[in-house]
Amino acid sequence: MLESLLEGVIAFMLIAGGAFAFIGSLGLTHLKDFYMRLHGPSKTTTLGVGCTLIGSMIYFSLHDGPVVQEFLITIFVFITAPVSAHMLAKSALHHKLKPDASTRGNPEELESEKPKHTVEESPQGNSPLP
Amino acid sequence: MIDIALWIALALFTAAIVLNFYRAVIGPSLPDRILAVDTMYMNSIALIVLFGFWLDTKNYFEAALLIAMLGFISTIAICKYLLRGDIIE
Amino acid sequence: MIPPTRWLPMPILSVLLLVVWLLLQHSVALGQWLLGGVLAIAIPLVCRPFWERQPTIKRPWRLFLYVLRVLGDIVTANLQVSKLILDPRGRMRPAFVEYPLTLKENFPITILASTITMTPGTVSAHLRLDGRTLLIHALDVSDINELIDEIHQRYERPLMEIFES
Repeated sequence: MLESLLEGVIAFMLIAGGAFAFIGSLGLTHLKDFYMRLHGPSKTTTLGVGCTLIGSMIYFSLHDGPVVQEFLITIFVFITAPVSAHMLAKSALHHKLKPDASTRGNPEELESEKPKHTVEESPQGNSPLP
Repeated sequence: MIDIALWIALALFTAAIVLNFYRAVIGPSLPDRILAVDTMYMNSIALIVLFGFWLDTKNYFEAALLIAMLGFISTIAICKYLLRGDIIE
Repeated sequence: MIPPTRWLPMPILSVLLLVVWLLLQHSVALGQWLLGGVLAIAIPLVCRPFWERQPTIKRPWRLFLYVLRVLGDIVTANLQVSKLILDPRGRMRPAFVEYPLTLKENFPITILASTITMTPGTVSAHLRLDGRTLLIHALDVSDINELIDEIHQRYERPLMEIFES
């Protein structure tokens, strides 16, 4: 009884994990601009991979004693995913990628700045090479 | 029941990796491609764990852990390079 | 809480390293305890110059409740984002939101930024430490002020109570 209930839980975890990861990649493929595409992988794929790992952890714990390494991988993935999403967003802002036209708000990082020196008034004089 | 769930999950993760590869190929900008490869390594962690599940062995945990660590470090390093043009300041 | 001493500059980190080592090795043999103990003392001593002053956790119980709340919100966030991605009409209202920070220390700000990324509809994009604002990109938001208010009530205030009180 308990065995078949746990098997149901494992099967649910595997399918939910796969479905979440697939939806995340679908979002990565068909959303309009980079900042929207960032949402799919950073949230959905993380939970998908986490679900799969937990399911596999339950399966191996059921068969031969408690297994905890996969829990470590899950914690690691959940801690690092927001950090890499933040770094990717920062580098996109640095590259001044254009957001979709319907985006409200205009952060100062995205405003195009004028070049500070032209060739004529640069400290090196007329030569563009230093 | 678990067998069928395992096949469905493997198919879904494989499809997810194909979609990521598509984005990595067409991606209009550099951060897009990095994001696609980042998602790809996350999905490959799950694929490796599922493969170990299929073979009924626990030996693939270390591989998954190594992929997680190396993937995170390389994403951060490439982002740093894009931001500063330098990795170690 | 164990007070930091000269040989144990970061007690919590040391305990964490020992526990992670034992979990990774998946054994509690005496040799693993010894090796893990040596690593738990040596690693903090070696990488001490890179660390900032560690914040003190004033209320550990509240931290536990906070983690539970965030775990619940992660599931909600995923269902919400999945619904938005699968919506065939694809009407989203993305926005850049500037969030004014009231937290002062770096570690709680890091936790807040990670929480914002993992929870409904928002990704923290850029942290301006000079102006003390956090730039957030939201996937689908109707009222910007409501979002700011919700983040403040739901996440920032508990963090202030935990770390700064």
